[in-house]
This record gives sequence, C-alpha cells and structure tokens, in this order.
Amino acid sequence: MAFTFAAFCYMLALLLTAALIFFAIWHIIAFDELKTDYKNPIDQCNTLNPVSLIVMKCVFSFQLVLPEYLIHVFFCVMFLCAAEWLTLGLNMPLLAYHVWRYTSRPVMSGPGLYDPTTIMNADILAYCQKEGWCKLAFYLLSFFYYLYGMIYVLVSS
Amino acid sequence: MSNAAFNSQNGADGQAYANGPSQNPLLMPPGNQGYNMADQPQYFNQMPAKTPVQPGLYAGHHHPVPPPVSSYQTPLGPPMQGRPPVGPPQPGFPAQRLPPPPQSSPSPPVATNSYYTSPQNPPPPSWNYGPRPPMGTPPPANHVSSPPSPAMNQSSLGHAVAPPPTTVLHNASHPSGHPLPPGPPNSWSHPGSAPPPVTAMPTQTYQPGRSMYGAPPTMAPTSPPTAPLGTATPPPPMSTPNEAGQCGNVASSASAQSDVESTDWDVDQPGARHTPTPGHSAAVPNSFDHVETGGRAMTAPPPPQPGSVGRQIGQSYPSLPPGYQGMAPPTNSGPVHPPAQPYGQPPQPYQQPSAGPAQLSPSLATLSLQSQTPSALRVVNLLQERNLLPTNAITAPTPCLPQDLQKINCNPDVFRCTLTSIPQTQSLLNKAKLPLGLLLHPFKDLSQLPVVTSSTIVRCRSCRTYINPFVSFLDQRRWKCNLCYRVNDVPEEFMYNPVSRSYGEPHKRPEVQNATIEFIAPSEYMLRPPQPAAYLFVLDVSHNAVQTGYIDVVCQLLLENLNSLPGDTRTKIGFITFDSTVHFYNLQEGLSQPQMLIVSDIEDIFLPTPDSLLINLNESKELVQDLLKSLPQMFSKTMETHSALGPALQAAFKLLSPTGGRISVFQSQLPTVGVGALKSREDPNQRASTKDIQHLSPATDFYKKLALDCSGQQVAVDLFLLSSQYCDLASLGGISRYSAGSIYYYPSYHNQHNPSQTERFQKDLKRYLTRKIGFEAVMRIRCTKGLSIHTFHGNFFVRSTDLLSLPNVNPDAGFAVQMSIEENLVDMQVVSFQAALLYTSSKGERRIRVHTMCLPVVNSLSDIFAGADVQAITGLLASMAVDRSVTASLSDARDAMTNAVIDSMASYRTSVLTIQQPGLLVPSCLRLFPLYILALLKQKAFRTGTSTRLDDRVFAMCQLKSQPLSHLLLMIHPVLYRVDDLNDEGALNINDRTIPQPKILQLSVEKLSREGAFLMDTGSVMYLWVGRNCSLNFLMQVLGVPNYSALPQSMNQLPELDTAESARTRTLIGWLREQRPFYPILHIIRDESPLKAEFMQNMIEDRTESALSYYEFLLHLQQQISK
Repeated sequence: MAFTFAAFCYMLALLLTAALIFFAIWHIIAFDELKTDYKNPIDQCNTLNPVSLIVMKCVFSFQLVLPEYLIHVFFCVMFLCAAEWLTLGLNMPLLAYHVWRYTSRPVMSGPGLYDPTTIMNADILAYCQKEGWCKLAFYLLSFFYYLYGMIYVLVSS
Repeated sequence: MSNAAFNSQNGADGQAYANGPSQNPLLMPPGNQGYNMADQPQYFNQMPAKTPVQPGLYAGHHHPVPPPVSSYQTPLGPPMQGRPPVGPPQPGFPAQRLPPPPQSSPSPPVATNSYYTSPQNPPPPSWNYGPRPPMGTPPPANHVSSPPSPAMNQSSLGHAVAPPPTTVLHNASHPSGHPLPPGPPNSWSHPGSAPPPVTAMPTQTYQPGRSMYGAPPTMAPTSPPTAPLGTATPPPPMSTPNEAGQCGNVASSASAQSDVESTDWDVDQPGARHTPTPGHSAAVPNSFDHVETGGRAMTAPPPPQPGSVGRQIGQSYPSLPPGYQGMAPPTNSGPVHPPAQPYGQPPQPYQQPSAGPAQLSPSLATLSLQSQTPSALRVVNLLQERNLLPTNAITAPTPCLPQDLQKINCNPDVFRCTLTSIPQTQSLLNKAKLPLGLLLHPFKDLSQLPVVTSSTIVRCRSCRTYINPFVSFLDQRRWKCNLCYRVNDVPEEFMYNPVSRSYGEPHKRPEVQNATIEFIAPSEYMLRPPQPAAYLFVLDVSHNAVQTGYIDVVCQLLLENLNSLPGDTRTKIGFITFDSTVHFYNLQEGLSQPQMLIVSDIEDIFLPTPDSLLINLNESKELVQDLLKSLPQMFSKTMETHSALGPALQAAFKLLSPTGGRISVFQSQLPTVGVGALKSREDPNQRASTKDIQHLSPATDFYKKLALDCSGQQVAVDLFLLSSQYCDLASLGGISRYSAGSIYYYPSYHNQHNPSQTERFQKDLKRYLTRKIGFEAVMRIRCTKGLSIHTFHGNFFVRSTDLLSLPNVNPDAGFAVQMSIEENLVDMQVVSFQAALLYTSSKGERRIRVHTMCLPVVNSLSDIFAGADVQAITGLLASMAVDRSVTASLSDARDAMTNAVIDSMASYRTSVLTIQQPGLLVPSCLRLFPLYILALLKQKAFRTGTSTRLDDRVFAMCQLKSQPLSHLLLMIHPVLYRVDDLNDEGALNINDRTIPQPKILQLSVEKLSREGAFLMDTGSVMYLWVGRNCSLNFLMQVLGVPNYSALPQSMNQLPELDTAESARTRTLIGWLREQRPFYPILHIIRDESPLKAEFMQNMIEDRTESALSYYEFLLHLQQQISK
C-alpha cells in the first residue's frame, strides 16, 4: 500500500468532482428558476430591473461554466500524466462535448456560453436543463468510480 | 359617483384624461419634477468621476464644467453666457461654431411659422387603415354606450347602498354584437351619438354578394362535431342584419338614446366630444393617444354575415368570401404548363369523407355553425385546379365557436392563431404537422377601443388573468377563470355597471363584453412614476451622410412635426450628431443659441453637460427650432468620412437611461471607428450564389449587449439605415431587435438621385414621428393551462417564459408566438389566449391593453385541418425560417419550409382522406399553402440564385419577423390588378368615394398582356406596368401622355387629370395606400424600364433561372409526398 501519483490523482478528482456536482446542481436550479419565473404572482412589475437580472444570470452561469470546464480538463490531464487510460477514456466523451459546446457558442465578445436573448427559447431552455441533469448523473457516477479507483490503486500498489 | 364619466376615446382630446390624473394623483406628478430630481444627482455623481480619469489629456482646464468639452457660442449670443471662459481650443477636441440660423436666406426649408399651422394639418392619410365599407344599417349604439333612458338618473335606481364605484369609461361606444362596424372607420366621430350619414349608404358588393356566395349547395351538411361546444343551440336565424346584436337588449337601443346619454355622461368634460364629421375624417388632430385614428374599426365582435361562409367583415379588404367553387378562369391565354385537365374544369366532386358530421339539418348548419367547415375541408387537387387564388382579398377563417362567443371574439387583425381549432394533445398536433402559434398585432391603431378606469382591475387571483368575455359566472358573486379554472369572487365594485348604471349585472360590464379593452392602470402597476415621452435623435453627419442630403429631410420634417410628436408638457427631446467624434447640443432654456459640444474621446464616452442635453421640448422649443434650421448647413463642408456609431449610441444610452425613451438613429455607412466598428463582410460576387449565404448572424455582440442595457433602462433604439453600400445590418440590427425598436432601410438613398426613395423616406418619417407610442411596456401572453409558449418572434427581449420586455411599443409592430401543448386538453371545449400589454402612454398614463381570444378544442385530425389558417401559418413559418437560417443555414431554412408543406399534405393524405386518388390533394383551406411557401422561397429573404444584396436580405428577414401579418402577406405574396379597364362594378363606396375593386390576378406573366396596364402592390412598393400596346385611352386619360413612347422612363406619380379613368385609378391607389401605415411608392414602368426586372421577380408563379415555377413546385411536392 503506497501513496502513488495515481492515487493522488484519484483523490484530487474525487474532491473536484464533488465541486462539479455542486456546479451541476446550481446549473439545474438556475435554469429551473428561469423557466418557472412567471409563476410569481405579483405581476409584471415585481423586480426592479428584470432584464439585467436575466443577463446577470447568464453571465453568472458562465462564471460557473468555464471553471467547470477547466476543472474537468485539469483532472483529465492529471489522469493522462498518471497513465490511467481507462479513466481518461471514460472522460473523453465529456471533454469532447465541452470543447464542442464552447466552440459552437453564440458570437460573444467576452467568454460565455449562454445568450440572454435566446435562453428563453423553450428548446434551448429544455436543452440546458437536460444537459444539467445528464451532467449531474455523470458526475455522480464518476464520483463513485473515482472513489473505487482510488481505493483500488491504494490497495493494489 | 360624479366621476363616472364616459367620453369617446375618439373625440376626447386631452379632456378625457382629466379624470386620470385626478384619480390617481400619485401616479402623475405634475410637470417633470420626478424625473429631474431623479436624474440630476446621478449626473453629478458621474461628473467628478470622469474628470480624474484623463488628467493628462485635459490638463489645461480648470473650469468646473467637465473639462473635455469646448463649448462655444455663436458670436450673436452673449459670449460664454453662464459658463467660464474656455481656454484656447485644445488639440483633440476641436471647437466648432454653430452658424447662426439663416434668417432671410431661403435655405431653411421650413417656413418659420409652420409649426403653428401644423396642428391643423391632417395626419397623413396614408396610414389610416382602409375604411371599411359601411353596411346597410346605421350603426346603432352598442350596449355600453346606451343605457336605457330611465337609468339616466342614477339616484332613481335604488341601489344607493352600493358604494359608488369609481369607474370611468372612456369610450361611450364600442361595437358589440352589431353586424356593422359603427361608422366609417375613418371617422373618429363618436359613432353612437350620431351615425355618420355614409353608413346608411348601401353597398352593392356586400349583401347580394354574400348571400350569393353563401354555402355552396354541397356545403349544406355542416359538421357539428367541429363545434364541440354542446351549447351550440341554434341561434336565431340570421335573416335580418339586426338580430346579430347578440349582446342582448342593450344593443338595440337607438342612437337617439345615446345622444342623450352622451350629454349626460359628459357633464364634467365639456367639449370633449367631437361631433362626427364624416367628410373631414382626414382632419384628425395628431393626438394619437386620444384619437385612435386607425381608421379600421376595431369591431370587437365581428358580426356574422347572413348566410355567409362565416367570414368577418372587420378585415382590411371587404371581400366576398373566396370563391371556392371553381371560378371561371379569366380569359385564359393558353396554358403555359401542361396541366392534364382543362382549366375550366368544374371543381372536384366534394369528397367530404371527413366532414362526416353531415347529418345536421341544412338550415341549422348554415345558421348556427361557421359554415366554413365543409368548404374548408373540400378536397382540392392542386394539379388539376388552377385559379385557386381568390379574386378578392382573403379573410381569416372563423373559429368554430358558438355564435355568442364568436361574436365577441378578438379581431383576427389583432390576434390570430394558425389553427383556429386547437388540437387536444401534442401528439395530435405532431400528427397534423402544422405549426401551432399566435400572430399578434397588439398595439394596432384602433378606431374603437373601450377604455375603462377603475380603481380595481378584476383579475384572477391565481393566474392573474384579466377578466374577459370568456370567463363564466357561476353566480352573481363568483366567476371562474377561463385560463386556470379558479373560482374568484366578484368585487363589490364590479357589481355595478357604469354603462347601464345598473347593479348586479357583472356580466354586462364592458370588461366582460369586449375581447379588446384598455384599462387605465392604478399605481400598483408602476415601478416608478410614468416616464415622460423622451425622444433622442442621433444623426450621422459624416461626409457620406451629408452627401445623401437626408439631414435636410429629417430636420424639415422634425420642424414641421415638432408639435405633433406624441407627448405632453413633460416631453423631452435631444440631439446628438456624430462622425468620427460625437457632438452634443446644449439646448438649455435661456440660451440664445444652441451650443454644440464636441467630445472627441470616443474610447470613453461621457456626457459633457448631462442636464441640458435632453431638454423639455416646450420650454426650449425655439432653441430646438433654431438647431433644426441650422443643422443641415453646419456639416455641409465636412470631409470627415469616419463614423463612430458605437460611441454615439453609448452616449445616447447614457443620456436617456435615467428616463427611458426612444433613440432614433440615422446611419448611412458602416461604423468604422470606436467600439462597435465593423468590417465589410459581403463579397459581391457571392450575392447570386446558390451556395449557402454567409454572415446572416452578427459579427459582434456589441450591439446586442448595448440593446440589452437599453432594454433594462426602458430605452428603445430605432434604426434608419440610408446607405448605398453594405452596412452589415445583421450586426447593426441587433440594437433594435433586442430593444424592441424598429428598423427602416432605404437602400441607395439620395435626395437628388433617388427621388422616389426620398419621397418614401419623408412619408415614413412623418408617420414615424407622429404615430402613437407606448413607453416602458411589457407584454404578457397567458394561455389556458396545458398550453405553453415555446418561442417568441419579433423585436423584444424575452424576460420570462411568457413576458416580453418592450421599452417602446409602436402600432406597427407585430409579434409571433409558437405554442406547444404540454398537457392534454381533455375535458376542455375551448381554450383562451390573453395578451396584456402594459405601457405608459405618451401622456404619462399607465395603461393596459388586453386582448383575449377564444378557440375551440378538437380531437380529430380533420377538424384541425378544417380550422387551419393558411395565412397565419405562412407568417409563423416565415418567422421560424428566419430563425433557422440564422442559427443553421439558409438552405436548411428553405428545406424546412418545403418540408412543412410536404409533411402536412402527406399527413392529410394518409390520416384524413379515406379515398385515395392520384393528384396533389389538399383541403380547401390549405389550397394556397404551396403557393405561399413558394412565394416565401422566392422572397428576398430566402431566395438563392438571384443576386440579392446581403443587407436587403437581412432587412427582409427583419421585416418578416417584426411586421404584423397583414403587411407580411403583401410582402410575401404581392397583389396584381389589371387597371386599364377599371369600372365601378362591385366598387366600394366610402365617404362619397367610389373605390373600384379590380380582380386580383395570379402572379404569372401569363396574366399580363401588352394591351393592358397592371398594378402590382408589394406592400412597400407599387409597380404600375404599362404594356406596349396599352390603349391610347388609358395612356391619355390616366397617364397624361399622348402615346406609349412618350411615357417617361421613370415616373412616380399619376398626373391628376380630370377624367373618370384617372380618378378611378388614383382612388384605387390612394385607397390601397390608406390601408397601411407606411407609404408605398409608385413606380410607373414600361417595358424597357430598369425596374422591370424587379417587377418580374415578383411573378412568383413563373419559372426563373434558379427557382421552380408553381406547377413544377407542385410536381415536386407530389413526388415527395408519394415517396
């Protein structure tokens, strides 16, 4: 039983995945809020500046999106260094998806992913929500996988 | 109790509002104190912050005003009045002098006193919607306006126990259940008080025509199941036009009564009422808040026609129902396409497999149900029947509702659904393959609009729906919401009916009798005091712009219309000009001359003197006039070619953000410096390419982000693009699209070289300046539980799933909404949609305009098809296709449109038709669907293979998304008339004018002949094509030329000749122009004119090099369907 680099990677990934799970939950909540905003009974003049609120929400979502992508890239690189090929392979599809998602984002001057003018489109909103749920499931599964992987590496070495 | 007052919205100029402020004193701070208080501190906070930012640059200045400004006054005024001396002009912010306004020179094109007379100027008749023909009966007062006489004396009513309801109705009359729109639509008279004489004039067209066209024999068996409402008891026979007054007893009151009533109700508003002057209907004061001058009466309940196919008359074109039975083909000049059958072939035998419910007795069918159903489902074989285009304008189909509901349903011009029968489930909708959506024109100019002032606006407690005609009253004190089905209490106040002055009849209140109504909102509906009207004009003064000469036009029109800008005493106005620097104009009251302030630091734009740039129009009117007179000369020598549009917009946003308002930007070239600078992306060689069109999406998000900022501060940006080169409208357009502005595009604008464009610009600008406007608006669309909104189309920012943020709303904006069915609509017989537009009028009143529409729910596919509204479907598909071409690609969008036809037809064939037979079979109501889709494919926005400038294409796309449906349809499918043989047969009579109604021809060269003259109306442009062998009579009597060769190459108006032919032609063109808000220019073209190509491009049924002909398109569809 030795503390190898691979074991360290798994531990780190474990912690970071916990963070990613939090991000995914936040993502789901944010889009659900956007969708159900209209349920507010006080009509039409409830918030002071709702336009910038949505813009803020989109910007804020971005602030979680980019860290999420970076964290994911980061521990993928770690697994690459640790030569954990199976784990890396499992993460590749998500990595590829992230790259595609970010390259096909709408025209924006700053970094970001969500366009406040189209976010209310039912298709896009539904897509974002579905994306959130899928990611949450993926991160949860990988959380336990990393736990298993960490113990396995620790025990086997 | 005394504050209960009626007055006609139409006539109550100013006076009518005496009630509003006094009722809600909190809401309407006198003067503009609220705003000045608000914005000044904000500015002062800004200023100090600015100064230290650039200490180096402006080191030479010590005076307290923000340094980086050189402010100079003209030598005429006292030098540097109220301002510390400015140091020598610094490099970096050049000083410029305002030339004194020329006093005697003729150059200022406006007479000095012109604005005194302008109030009397009639508004441009061009935007009055077409008058509808009066029907046979005088307009009786409706139920609202005519309380029974005994009820006049309130005290005698014996319900004094009731608390005096503070309800004021501003509109004595609105049509209800009357078969006729009261009064000629053009007249803003109070229809109830005295029927304009013209209304009595019989129209030959209508009555006989209607009955003649009434249900064709085979239509007699009508389908009851399409009206699932079991309540459809046979309404009284419709033999007399009067019976349609469904709204019960009240509707029958005579106009004499309402005369009495009007005097009674108007006691506290002397002079508010105008007597009807039908002859002067054009002389409407330019006060759009009070005068809903849109001539087209908003006939809340379009009356059913006796024995008609259930069409409504409240349409733009009075028309016979489309003749479904094979019309005699007008003198065919030989088939072009090889149709298998002769044209004159009688229509297909009526299949009617689906219109099964044919067991109803014929008389009942024609009476009680919209008899359109059978004809709508009649099977048409498109490959065999030609001449399917009706010779009259097409009207919206009528939903299959019981008549009492249909009578009060919303006007289809305002609110229209693609499927007038809503499918019960999403799977049924998917099966029909037709799009479900709404098309709205919420702020349309209406001539009849009931306005209600009430301290409490009755709404559902759970879903906040406004009470509407489609709610059900369980008993006197409870009503059930028709959207969420919650049972609500009727407030005490609502029990009293201010119209009939009776108690205990909540269902007779105007709110429950009108599908379109306007409320004056109490203070709960405001976040802040209503903003004043604020207009900021941002003018491009670079060399290029000055060359076009547009500044003269803008300044002159502004001078002329300064007094007719919608607004009140608080109205604010400001000007910014820009080239490579941004120029501000200090118009503070008390200055002797306008001061020009130049800010050359475009990287970090700021406002030099924030409190004196946007000034009260009334207080500084003379300064504004001075400025407008001198502005055209000021830049005549400029050599600056750069354009700093981005910084100018930022400055404009800063200037308007404390109040909100409207920015009108005039731009003539690609912005080249500062933020938001753009590069040319168009490759002219690719214009005609059949490959995919690039650059339909914006190059930068600067304009979008700025538009969102504007939207948040209730600022809308309207863009006027006057340019001959590529301007990247795809990027620039974002500024208007997301701030709910509008876009106007005048390609190749030049004052001298392109006079027709100038004329159009002038008329459009006049309409733009004087039309009604609503500020800080939001629009919410509610629908019955189970339905949900999928996507919005138009110019706005979507704030929530059902809420649009509209910083400005104008009467020419249309919206489209895609809907989806989330929960099955079982157990429901009808669904309702409600659009509520909350806005601040230019008079500083908060108002809510509510439109409610009710539609039946059906559960069979054939009923869905029977209720399809092909025009609305086309409009919605066009919007969806624009989205698709931006997000995916143009070819994708084109395929999607074609597939929409193929899928729906295939679905019809497989699911509805029981007898399969060869041919391209469609239900009659969708018979124009392939034609419209083909027209869309050949529209500028979507065409390929034809040389189309990118800006033209993008502009067409913007129009498709933001125009109301009636304008859209002309854009998509122009109308062609033959005008050399106009006669009075079937003509309309409106206000003593006889308007000839020529037949609408198919858009095919086959229909043209060298012997004739043809008028094509494309909405924004009209072409009068004169054939080479056109009769001398027409040439001389109408065009005023001795022979064809004397016809000039370009001619833009018809000479006013004193002949019957000339009068007829001019009346027809004038009438067509009146029906739309913006002025279409007329091009008279002959065979060799350069414009002939454009004329021919609209011949959409013909083959072009790159596009299929109609017949080929049909063959293509058939091939795809039978695959």
